[in-house]
Amino acid sequence: MRIIIVGCGKVGTALAKSLSREDNNICIVDLKSDVVHKLATEYDVMGLVGNGASYSVLKEAGIESTDLLIAVTESDELNLLCCVIARKASKCQTIARVRNYMYSQESRFLRKELGLSMIINPEHTAADEIARLLCFPSALGIESFAGGRVEMLRFRIPAECILDGMALKDVSAKIKCNFLICAVDREGKVEIPGGNFVLKSGDNVSLVTTRQDAKLFFEKINMNVGRAKNTMIVGGGRIAIYLARMLENLGIAVKIIEKNPDRCRELSELLPKAVVINGDGSDEVFLQEERLDTMDSFVALTSMDEENILLSLRAKEKVSRKVVTKINREQLNEVIRNLDLDSVVYPKLLTAQKILRYCRATKNSIGSNVKTLYRLYDDKVEALEFVITEPSKITGIPLHQMKLKKGLLIGAIIRNDKLVIPGGQEQILPGDSMIVVTTHLGLESALSILAE
Amino acid sequence: MNRSMIRYILGMVLCLEGIFLVLPLLVGLFCGERSSIAFLISALICLLLGGLMIWKKPKSNVFYAAEGFVTVSISWIALSFFGALPFWISGEIPNFADALFEAISGFTTTGATILTDVEVMSSCCLIWRSFTHWIGGMGVLVFVLAVFPMGGGNVVFLMKAESTGPSVEKLVPRVKNTALILYGVYTALTVAEILLLAVTGMPLFDAVNMGFATAGTGGFGVLNSSAADYSSLHQVILTVFMILFGVNFNIYYLLLCRRAKDIWQSEELKTYFGIILASGLLIAYNIRHIFPNPLEALKHSFFQVASIMTTTGFATADFDKWPTFSCVILVLLMFCGACAGSTGGGMKVSRILIMIKTAVKELFTIKHPHGVRTLKIDGRVVEHETIRSVNTFVVFYALLYAVSLLLVSLDNFDFTTSFTAVAATVNNIGPGLSLVGPTGNFSIFSVFSKAVLMFDMLAGRLELIPMMALFSPMIWRKDR
Repeated sequence: MRIIIVGCGKVGTALAKSLSREDNNICIVDLKSDVVHKLATEYDVMGLVGNGASYSVLKEAGIESTDLLIAVTESDELNLLCCVIARKASKCQTIARVRNYMYSQESRFLRKELGLSMIINPEHTAADEIARLLCFPSALGIESFAGGRVEMLRFRIPAECILDGMALKDVSAKIKCNFLICAVDREGKVEIPGGNFVLKSGDNVSLVTTRQDAKLFFEKINMNVGRAKNTMIVGGGRIAIYLARMLENLGIAVKIIEKNPDRCRELSELLPKAVVINGDGSDEVFLQEERLDTMDSFVALTSMDEENILLSLRAKEKVSRKVVTKINREQLNEVIRNLDLDSVVYPKLLTAQKILRYCRATKNSIGSNVKTLYRLYDDKVEALEFVITEPSKITGIPLHQMKLKKGLLIGAIIRNDKLVIPGGQEQILPGDSMIVVTTHLGLESALSILAE
Repeated sequence: MNRSMIRYILGMVLCLEGIFLVLPLLVGLFCGERSSIAFLISALICLLLGGLMIWKKPKSNVFYAAEGFVTVSISWIALSFFGALPFWISGEIPNFADALFEAISGFTTTGATILTDVEVMSSCCLIWRSFTHWIGGMGVLVFVLAVFPMGGGNVVFLMKAESTGPSVEKLVPRVKNTALILYGVYTALTVAEILLLAVTGMPLFDAVNMGFATAGTGGFGVLNSSAADYSSLHQVILTVFMILFGVNFNIYYLLLCRRAKDIWQSEELKTYFGIILASGLLIAYNIRHIFPNPLEALKHSFFQVASIMTTTGFATADFDKWPTFSCVILVLLMFCGACAGSTGGGMKVSRILIMIKTAVKELFTIKHPHGVRTLKIDGRVVEHETIRSVNTFVVFYALLYAVSLLLVSLDNFDFTTSFTAVAATVNNIGPGLSLVGPTGNFSIFSVFSKAVLMFDMLAGRLELIPMMALFSPMIWRKDR
C-alpha cells in the first residue's frame, strides 16, 4: 500500500514505525526538516519537508498513486484541509485526526461531506478505554472484539494467588468457565503458552473470554473487584471532558481537580453534574481535603507524564479499586514496566493502533479480512480478529490437524455471536470470526496463520 | 558498534563477489585460458568465506551511521583484496601489491594501471578489470541492498555512505526499490552502449569491456593505446556515454516518470553541461594547430574533457603534449568531477555549486552584517547539515591531498607527476600528466607510494568520510 503521513508528531512517528515494517511504501511530510530527516533514516520511509496541505507538496509525495493519506498534524483544520485537498487530487482514502470538541461532535457530517474515510479523536478513544477499565477494575487492560461480545483481559497474578505455580491445563480443569489464556508476559519476555506452561505470580496474563465468564473467573481466583462507584480525575483536559460524560451516563460520580480557574469555569459549564474543584492535584494535603480516601478510583490525566506517574503511585495506596495513568511518551515504557502502576493508557498509541487496524483491514485479502487488531505488551504481540467469509484451506478441518505457525494461537471462535473456546476437534466454518493471538506481527490474511 | 551485523553484511558482499567472479571464469573457459583456474579458486574462496560469515544471523539488527560507514569501508577493502587474488594467483601480475593496486583502481573506477603492456593479459583478466569498474561504479552495497532482504530503515546509511554527492536521497520510499531502480537504469544504459558499439563494428569483446569501463566511469581499456585506435564514430559514442554516466541518476528516474520539467530546473545538470561545453570549446581553440582540421580538434578536445570531467580516464590523444592552458583546464576538471549521484568521482559539481554560493553569501554578509539570506539550489533551501557536510568534505579533501602529496614526493619524481598522480587517484580518474600521463603508468612508484595512492583511491571513491571513520579510534572506542 502507498501511504502518505502528514505530520510527524508522536502519532505520525508511531504510524511510520509500524506501517513501514509491514509491506507499505510510506512518504512522510512535515514542516520541520530535522524531524523528517530523523524519521527517514530511522525507518524505511521517504521524507518530504513541506506543508502537507499544499497541492504541490502532495503531488511531489505522489498523491496521484497513493492509496491512503493520514493527516495527524497538531492542527485539526490543517488535517481536514489536507484530506480535502488529497481527495480532490486523487481517489485516495483519507484519515484525519480531529481533536476539537466542537468538530468531533460533528464528525459524522464532516466525514460524509468532506469524503473522509475515518475521523479519529485520540482523546475520545482514550476516554473510552478508561471508562471501560473503571467498569471492570479487575483487569489492567481490556480489548474488545466482535462488537464487545468477546473481550481480551489483561491482569497480573498477585502473590499467593491460587494460579501461582499452576499449569495451564490444570487451570482450565479447575476453573470451569469459558476462557483461554493466550499470552503471558514474564519480566518483559512474552510467550504464547501451551498447556504445560506453569504460571507464576507476577506474570502479566491475557485471557480471551466474555464479560460474564470474566466475572466468574476473577471470583474463582479471588480477584473480583466490583465496578467503580466514584472517581477522582486530576487534570481537566479534553480526555477529562469526554470521560466525565461517559461516566455520568454509566452512573459513576466524578470529581475533577484542575489547576487553572478559567478552565474550571469552562468545565463546570460543560459538565453540570460533575464536581469541579480548582486546586493543585499534586498537593497531598489538598487531595486529602478533597477526601481522596473515600474514592474508589483515581485517574491521572495531567499533561505531565511524570506527574501522572507520581500521583498514581501515591493514589494507589489510598484508592481501593482502580488507578489509571495517562502517559504520552512511549519512551518511558521501560521505566514504567518496573513500577507498580495499575492500568496505563497511551492515547497516542491507541490512535496509531486504530489507524493501523484500518490499514490492515483495507488491504484486500482472499476469503477473510481483519476486523479488529490490537497490539499488546509493548507491540510484541498482536491480537487480530479475522472474519472468515469463504471456505478456504483453514475451514472445515479440525484444528489439531492444522499446522499453525509457532508462537501463534487461535484464542477464540465467535459463531452466531457466541464465544466458542476452540478445542482440538473444533473446526472453523465460513461465517465465523476467529481471534488469533501471535508474536508474528503483520499478519494480513487468515491463511497466514498456517506454517509455511 | 554492532560487530555481528557488520560481519553479516561483509559476508553478503563476499558472496556477491564470488558470484561476480563467475563472469570472468566463464569468459576464460570460453577462450580456453589457463588463468580461468585462478578465478575458480578466488570465487570459491569468496563464497566459502562469505558463506561462513552469513551462516549465523546477527543477534541484533541495530544499525547506526557509525556501523554504516565502517561496514562500507571494510567491505570495499575486502572487495579489493579478494578481487586482486585472481591477478596474483594466475601469475599475470606476480607482485601482490601491484595486483591489489590494479583491483582497487578497478573497483574505485579510477583506471590507473601498473601494467606496462595491457595487450599481453588474458581475456579473462581483462574482462575482470573492466567488470570491477562496473561493480564499483554504482556500488556493491547498493547491489546488496537491492538483492538481499534487509530489515529496518537504518540500512539507508549504507547507501548514503556509498553513493556520491553531498546529500543522498531516496527516489522511492523503500531503500530496496530505490536500489533496484538505480541498478535498473545503470544496467539498461550499459547494455545500450555495448549494443551500440558492437553494432557499429567494434569487436564484441572490446565493446563489452569499453561498455563496463565507461559505465563505471573507470577507464581500463583493452588496448595499450586506450581509446585512440578506435574509429571516430566509436570515439564519439564513447564521449556521449561518458557524459551520460556522469549525470545524476535521479535525472534518469525523473525522465522515466515523465517529469522532464523538473530536469531543466536542475542547476547541477546545467552547470555540468555548461562546464563541458565551455572547456571543450576553449581547449579545441587552444589545440587547433595540432590537428589537421577543426573537427578533429573538437572531437579530441571533447573526448578528453568528457573523459577527465566524468573521471573516466580514457584518452584518444596524448594530452600531456598539449599547451599548458589546455593541461591546466584538464587538471581543474579533475578536481571538479561529475554530478552527485553519478558513477563519477571528484568533488562533484553540486558541492562546488554549494561552496561558491556559500562564499557569495559570505560577501553579502560583509555588506549587510545582519542580512538574512538562504542558500538555494534548484529553488530549494539547502539544509545547514548539507553545507556543513560539504565543508567537512573539503577540509578532509585538502588534508588528504596535502599528506598524500608529501608522502608521494618521497619518490622524488617531478612536481607535475607527483601532483597529478595524487589528483588522478583521489578523484578516481586514472591518467595524470607527465610520467603518469596517458602514455605512462603507475608502475614507476615505490610500494610505499602505491599504498598511499591505494588509500587515496578508496577514500576518494567513498568520498573520504567512511575511510576516515574506519581509521578513527573515536569510532571504535567502547567507553566513549
